[in-house]
Amino acid sequence: MSAAQRTLVKPAPSKPRLTEPEVDIRICLGTGGVAAGSREVLKAFEEKLADTGVLAVIRPREDDCANGRCASVTGTGCQGLCAMDPLVEIHMGSNGSRSKVTYGQVTPAMVDDIIQKHILGGEPIEKWIVRTDAGPTEYDPFFATQEKLVLRHVGIIDPEEIEDYLEADGYQALYKVLTSMTPEQVREEVLASGLRGRGGAGFPTGLKWKFAAANNPEDGQKYFICNGDEGDPGAFMDCSVLEGDPHAVFEGMAIGAYAIGASIGYVYVRAEYPLAIRRLKIAMKAAEEKGLIGDNIMGSDFSFHLKLKEGAGAFVCGEETALMQSIEGDRGMPRLRPPFPAESGLWHRPTNINNVETLAVVPWIILNGAGAFASRGYEKSKGTKVFALAGKVNRTGLAEVPMGMPLRDVIYTIGGGIKKNKKFKAVQMGGPSGGCLPDSLLDLPVDYETINQTGAIVGSGGMIVIDEDNCIVDTARYFLSFTQQESCGKCPPCRIGTMRMLEILTKICEGKGTLGDIEFLKEIASQVKIGSLCALGGTAPNPVLTALQYFEEEFVEHVVEHKCRAGACAALTTYSIDPQTCTGCRACIRACPVEAISGERKEVHVIDQSLCIKCGACFEKCRFDAVRRS
Amino acid sequence: MLRGQGDTGGSCAFQNGLAVGPTGGDVSEQALEEQFRELLEHYKGERGALVPLLQGAQAIFGWLPEDVMGRVAEAAGEPLSKALGVATFYSQFRLKPHAKNTIRCCHGTACHVSGAPLITQEIERYLGVHPGENTEDMLFTLEEVHCVGACGMAPVVMINDRAHGKLTPEKGRAVVKEFREAELAAAADGNGDGHVCACAAAEGAAE
Repeated sequence: MSAAQRTLVKPAPSKPRLTEPEVDIRICLGTGGVAAGSREVLKAFEEKLADTGVLAVIRPREDDCANGRCASVTGTGCQGLCAMDPLVEIHMGSNGSRSKVTYGQVTPAMVDDIIQKHILGGEPIEKWIVRTDAGPTEYDPFFATQEKLVLRHVGIIDPEEIEDYLEADGYQALYKVLTSMTPEQVREEVLASGLRGRGGAGFPTGLKWKFAAANNPEDGQKYFICNGDEGDPGAFMDCSVLEGDPHAVFEGMAIGAYAIGASIGYVYVRAEYPLAIRRLKIAMKAAEEKGLIGDNIMGSDFSFHLKLKEGAGAFVCGEETALMQSIEGDRGMPRLRPPFPAESGLWHRPTNINNVETLAVVPWIILNGAGAFASRGYEKSKGTKVFALAGKVNRTGLAEVPMGMPLRDVIYTIGGGIKKNKKFKAVQMGGPSGGCLPDSLLDLPVDYETINQTGAIVGSGGMIVIDEDNCIVDTARYFLSFTQQESCGKCPPCRIGTMRMLEILTKICEGKGTLGDIEFLKEIASQVKIGSLCALGGTAPNPVLTALQYFEEEFVEHVVEHKCRAGACAALTTYSIDPQTCTGCRACIRACPVEAISGERKEVHVIDQSLCIKCGACFEKCRFDAVRRS
Repeated sequence: MLRGQGDTGGSCAFQNGLAVGPTGGDVSEQALEEQFRELLEHYKGERGALVPLLQGAQAIFGWLPEDVMGRVAEAAGEPLSKALGVATFYSQFRLKPHAKNTIRCCHGTACHVSGAPLITQEIERYLGVHPGENTEDMLFTLEEVHCVGACGMAPVVMINDRAHGKLTPEKGRAVVKEFREAELAAAADGNGDGHVCACAAAEGAAE
């Protein structure tokens, strides 16, 4: 590569913002925000601001604010605090002093008030505020301990506007690499940063690139793949990065491709992420038009072409060899390694595969230096990691924290503790490949090695909190039913083993299990773990093994006492109405979906056990605790 | 600017990447055939085209009839058995017709622990079908899916491309009921069909 000798075109925005509008509104249009109705809120802001006649709604890159007062409304990616979606950030003031207020759970009906009182009247509406620079709020702990390297642009820029990315130092890392670094220097820099694969395995990224760089086929063809097949149920980190900052992923890929000598890249995204696919298409076109992806990037000798591949719904395609089979148009079935993809991958050429989050942080490392990344984190786990916090936690959302933060801080400080003040039972990490960790392990740091020792894994970053109302056996059964369905069927230990484990777990949930079943479960689990061809089977027993390791008494309870303490296993749960406490209010009768409850007003109600489906609707509904669960 | 997002409302469901199918009788068979031919032409000679071809074909026809699958296999230079093998491997592909609207009950982890099974059961009771089945009036296909990525809003049910979050069984039934009644009212007014999925071919062929 003789790129360094040429004069390269430094990427810069070609349409700078003409004006800084007095009012700058940013609305979360991530999948979660949209699900909560943020598109309607965005529309309401545009329409109602225009209706005021005071503020002109402009596009800062297109229109000048000639007549004095103007406002802009921008959609961004995920702003993080999904529990309070739709989130609306309002920046106001002239260049010198700008205030920022974030409102949560905004509905179109609230927009008028926000415009009249806050935007025009200058008085923010306290009760709806999630965050403000005017003082602390109850949500501040969610933001305070986070450090955003991967998510540096997510929720801030407009992901469909390449100019926004360019204005935020976009493609400068690629420029730096092409003008002043050899491929070897790039590999060394990434290796020195300590970055490890964020897809779950935690393999050092720089080392992976070294292996791929070392293999040079006769025709020179190598491939660079971005694995966006985020299949773990309960994980949405990659989804948010792809939706919120697609160019960062492309830039990371281009840097990696330069480092290993690849000229063609694939972004493989699961079909269940329509919004991500849409934004990737827009971003890819924009990057190609600007010469940031394609032939002779920025005028250098380096060419890198990108293709988008949509998955078709198969969890196993997150496994690298299966993913490549899928790109080749086949069933996504894993194959034995070695040969590793670095030697023989896509179409038998050396191939490198990295996860979305890994790639998105690469430009940051190049611009800020390996040392800056390595100075964050813990022992062998450097930098930051994005976690998707969900389940029975108050503040669900996306949080990026330095590796090594204790789990308790993630769940209680960032997550704000357990919903409805229920009792914490476990945190599930690593999805179907991970496990449930009890309260006694919450002081452990989030670090690859430490978490591996518990039997769970850091995984791709899904963290699902479960409480006393969730049954640990049912949770294990849930994951096994997932892996059993998603097993590709190629190797018998996984195909048959997951089925047998699922059958036993179902039996236990139905109260038909024996103590021998629990032992048999452990035996099958250990065999599936060592005998399976790929990581799907190899890790499928983890949810069962950790559940047995930390919560065996719940299994025994199901088997011996025919009792599910959480009331989640229908066959082991009975609902009845306490005649002493029942006020005869009929609330439970109305709540029952199958008309199993009878009784006149002000008379004691009765549940017909032959009709009851154990849904718990009456239990939830009764305000007098008259419905009893046993 | 994300303003373009607004147009993903309506029932033009391939924008999900998961085609819901031709929604009315207005699209002529000839037009579909034309789109299909363009698709086959687009991928002619391309390596690894089987999956995108099947995706594109499904976006056009709503499902994968046998003759369509045969022509896809031929275009990809593969035997029909392989096309069928691939189509049955991935959960996205449908080997039987799909109803006009798709209800996808998310059974991701966050949704599961927040009560998704009860919500699905309630919707099953309301519609009188199990996951994987179509209602008799072909208004709804009910599906159980693994994670739609809106875990912060769990439990979630998607009706076509619109997610409904923080549901209870009661609310789940209510959103489906509301949607169904609007559909029936629209059909009674005579404009309930014919939302032509014109985006399908373009989206499906995008590469």
